[in-house]
Amino acid sequence: MTSTESLIDRKQMAYIAAQAADARLNVELETEGMTLNIGPQHPATHGTLRIIARLDGEQVVWAEPSCGYMHRGYEKLTEVRTYPQVTALVNRIDWLGSFANEVPFILAAEKLMEVEAPPRAQWIRTILFELSRIANVSLFLGDLGVQMGAITPVFMAFRDREYVLNLIEGATGGRFHPNFDRIGGLKDDLPEGFIDETRAVMKKLRNFCDEIENLLFGNEIFQSRTRGIGIIPKDVALQYGLSGANLRASGVDWDLRRDQTLPMAWDKADWKVWTHPDGDSFARCWVRLQEVRESTMIVDQLLDTIPSGPVMAKVPRIIKVPEGEAWVSTENPLGEMGYYVVSKGDLGPFRTKIRSASFNNISIVPWLLKGVYVPDIITILASLYFILGDIDR
Amino acid sequence: MSSDASTIAEIPGDTLRERIVDDLRSKIGADLADSLVKPGNDVWIRVATSAWKSTALALRDLGFDYFCFLSAIDWMPSPYGKGEDDPTAPPPERDDTIRQGYAGGETRIQMLARVVHPTLHVGVNVKCDVPDADPAGNVPTVDSWVSVYAGANWHERETHEMFGISFAGHPDLRNMYLPTEFEGHPLRKDFPLLARMVKPWPGIVDVEPLPGGGNDEDGDES
Repeated sequence: MTSTESLIDRKQMAYIAAQAADARLNVELETEGMTLNIGPQHPATHGTLRIIARLDGEQVVWAEPSCGYMHRGYEKLTEVRTYPQVTALVNRIDWLGSFANEVPFILAAEKLMEVEAPPRAQWIRTILFELSRIANVSLFLGDLGVQMGAITPVFMAFRDREYVLNLIEGATGGRFHPNFDRIGGLKDDLPEGFIDETRAVMKKLRNFCDEIENLLFGNEIFQSRTRGIGIIPKDVALQYGLSGANLRASGVDWDLRRDQTLPMAWDKADWKVWTHPDGDSFARCWVRLQEVRESTMIVDQLLDTIPSGPVMAKVPRIIKVPEGEAWVSTENPLGEMGYYVVSKGDLGPFRTKIRSASFNNISIVPWLLKGVYVPDIITILASLYFILGDIDR
Repeated sequence: MSSDASTIAEIPGDTLRERIVDDLRSKIGADLADSLVKPGNDVWIRVATSAWKSTALALRDLGFDYFCFLSAIDWMPSPYGKGEDDPTAPPPERDDTIRQGYAGGETRIQMLARVVHPTLHVGVNVKCDVPDADPAGNVPTVDSWVSVYAGANWHERETHEMFGISFAGHPDLRNMYLPTEFEGHPLRKDFPLLARMVKPWPGIVDVEPLPGGGNDEDGDES
């Protein structure tokens, strides 16, 4: 054995020893996982959702949302209220698009009573429904930037959402809780000048969509943080009951505004259901952006064709709903929102099952967060888009 | 009353709804206890308790991939009414007969779930009887749907705490909303709404005038 050879051997031995020490260290580290608590008060969670994530290094091995910080028991409360009183409750389920919450409940009661709102009321309902969607989802689009460190979009969103809230306030009297829908029609007709004003606002909102698309969706950081992240395949999305843009972003062409017959005016306008084949975070955000744009077109078209006439059908002053069961769901800003109303021929519902979109949408989180990296938790949650009141009810 | 029975009956979706019930009957046979197809409206089916899970499997095989919701109904009328009683007066007489809704049934508590066909756009409301708690104190149990529809997980947790129904085969029946030590099942009818118990109801009937004002006279038709 020459001296050079022994030198190489010694070097090799030292290298192997260092590797072994590293390996021991790694083995020791692996046994200790870390539990990360996000919330209940975290700026990224839009309320009081708590997520418990168990981490291995930077990767999530197990995650579970902990709900119930805002459970108000609406299903129980509806049982001690009359039908017209329930709309004031359900307004507060998805508080950013509150008019849209009232509609399916009122439609379910009307279905049981076999009453239909007059055409003008149907038109105004649809317009206000779409305005709530625009107000709700435009805030999502602004908020999306904040989750990824961009501050500007959220200011733009709050600026332009204000125009829509002013319209809703002008028509209903309430910015967030209109309580405007009645069994058989609406509380009131549209105020003077509403139609012209709305047209101008819809133009502004389309500009807002263009701005967001250029500013955010074209941004390299945004793309790299959302593309290919948080992918939900079609079959998993259906199994978990995901709805709305989350489902359409997984390539399922299904929109309750188009695919069921309701006494609403959506079928009187010409519009498109947007889908995306990718199913990742980017797809979910992109579909929502297109939906806001599409909603402004729906509102514009309905303003052109709005019929004249009364806004209230003839209904008894004290509303008693005949015995029976009815299920009505609509395509709300967050997804499928439905009410299963059981009536015993009484002044109030016997039982109401409230199927809210976010509850199903967020139930996929334990499945979806498995194996993702910590910074992606926030973008994935943001792209799923939930409202706490809509989860906890 | 603008809905006319003759126009509703012409909606072609009804043949589809009838066919769904027939297809399901050929799959689960006599376990399909009852069914109701309301023209232009919806489908209700009731299955045997033992067939609760096999019904889910059969429905999924028929293409009902979309899980909408799962819950329960307590058919017992509330012994507290609407919580509007005068606490100083003797308790009022109440009708306490249990009447089940569409598609019938025998038990006080029934399961209720809905699944939807994502391409035909038609849904089915599925019910099944939940046996009452036996004298030995075993909680009423039905099979879990989690292995069929993964989304049923949270819905079953909610139903478990709200109605006290146990789900055999559920991976983790922790409370969803209520504190762990909470006693009682809030959505059962015999669970009082405490807000109405601690303070008597003011008893004001809220009737607002209809828009237009002129409807007051002829508005009383039923």
